[in-house]
Amino acid sequence: MAYSEKVLDHYEHPRNVGTFAKDEAGLGTGMVGAPACGDVMRLQIKVSKDGVIEDAKFKTYGCGSAIASSSLVTEWVKGKTVDQALQIKNTQIAEELALPPVKIHCSILAEDAIKAAVADYKAKHGETMETAACKGSL
Amino acid sequence: MKLPIYMDYSATTPVDPRVAEKMIPYLTEKFGNPASRSHSFGWEADAAVELAREQVAALVNADPKEIVWTSGATESNNLAIKGAAHFYQGKGKHIITMRIEHKAVLDTVRELEREGFSATYLDPEPDGLLDLEKFKAALRPDTIIVSVMLVNNEIGVIQDIAAIGEICRAKGILLHVDAAQATGKVAIDLQQLKVDLMSFSAHKTYGPKGIGALYVQRKPRVRLEAQMHGGGHERGMRSGTLPTHQIVGMGEAFRIAQAEMAQENERIRMLRDRLLNGLSTMEEVHINGDMEQRVPHNLNLSFNFVEGESLIMAIKDVAVSSGSACTSASLEPSYVLRALGRSDELAHSSIRFTVGRFTTVEEVDYVVELLKNKIGKLRELSPLWDMYKDGVDLNSVQWAAH
Repeated sequence: MAYSEKVLDHYEHPRNVGTFAKDEAGLGTGMVGAPACGDVMRLQIKVSKDGVIEDAKFKTYGCGSAIASSSLVTEWVKGKTVDQALQIKNTQIAEELALPPVKIHCSILAEDAIKAAVADYKAKHGETMETAACKGSL
Repeated sequence: MKLPIYMDYSATTPVDPRVAEKMIPYLTEKFGNPASRSHSFGWEADAAVELAREQVAALVNADPKEIVWTSGATESNNLAIKGAAHFYQGKGKHIITMRIEHKAVLDTVRELEREGFSATYLDPEPDGLLDLEKFKAALRPDTIIVSVMLVNNEIGVIQDIAAIGEICRAKGILLHVDAAQATGKVAIDLQQLKVDLMSFSAHKTYGPKGIGALYVQRKPRVRLEAQMHGGGHERGMRSGTLPTHQIVGMGEAFRIAQAEMAQENERIRMLRDRLLNGLSTMEEVHINGDMEQRVPHNLNLSFNFVEGESLIMAIKDVAVSSGSACTSASLEPSYVLRALGRSDELAHSSIRFTVGRFTTVEEVDYVVELLKNKIGKLRELSPLWDMYKDGVDLNSVQWAAH
């Protein structure tokens, strides 16, 4: 399968790989996907007191497109408010990375990861969201 | 050392230069039609075809008259199973095969099911081998054909064809064996084995693509209904002008295999074991399939917590396969590994390495170092590896399938 240059770039040089210390303030963690399906993404956001995402980290088990999609969203969510981050659509991710049709699910998973991370953040910080329950978290 | 490194000899092999050299004159000067009986061009081509038939027969200790040329193992499997099922359907309409057979067998049996035959697909044991008691229990009074492969294409395990043949022969059931992956790797003696039909391919044994053969036993005689009709070539079993150059190539490839296999397999086993020993120094590396009843050139490993496609991407200078080459365009995990009872995770993280005649020690060492490095990086990136290291049982997690 031929990968786009952007996918290869993110795959070879993934941005913001890692995990925040458990006791850091303002964390939201989303884990989506399933090992049986061949991809699991964990996205963490660190939100400032005024609701802006200061930092983000990810770890992904999956194909190159899944790794690239999650790497890309860590870049995109930084500097956005949590509500702005929720506006990121899978179609934008797929377009940016030129994903082929069989890999669209990777971009959907990345969008779900943002929703799950934000939902977790809001749940921990006294807000509730009606949609996007944290799929696959512990 | 040249990159990329080829470690996918079970997908196909390069044509041995000695084979290519033998083939070329039959394209240009000795181009006659072996079916032409009236001139020397035909006689010359016919002699070459018959020599190749002897060479193929010699590798498997059969009579040359028992060898029918086909376009490859897929056609041989179709001709054997459909041809025998159609001919003997008056005796019964039940077929037995295994879930880990090649698609050329599985889809052929499926087609016969659509025509009204019934089929049993036996699961292997976790080591990939067929349990003979379970096999006996699956036999029915109306069973007419059993099809079991000699060597599995993905995990390289060798089935006990001698024992399966005894069981079938005692009950008057035909046994077809797909031996596409076996020639040159395991000794085959069709005088000893109670096998009625056996499929061969040239391009897995350093011959050209597009040529294969079917062994059709003469004593006791096995009858087939032709699947290809025309000029009545190959005693009516497979019409079509014989591709002399391809046949010459298959003959020479099988001659070399017979002459060199004992020595070659020792060298290849040493390379495979070196690869295994190098890679086994990592944690959570699982071997798929039995290591004893296995061809010397195959290694199928699952690297837990690393997804196979990303791993193949990471080692793009090494040609290997994830599952079988025919299914690598799909996102499904290997059906062979699933049939062994492997979890989806382990099936997703599997790589098949198959080394061969032109593999070097230097290449093996390069691949070991490359894999250790890349798997380390991918595990650093894997949330599952984190969880494993934290002692989380991944099976206890409620995953959302998608």
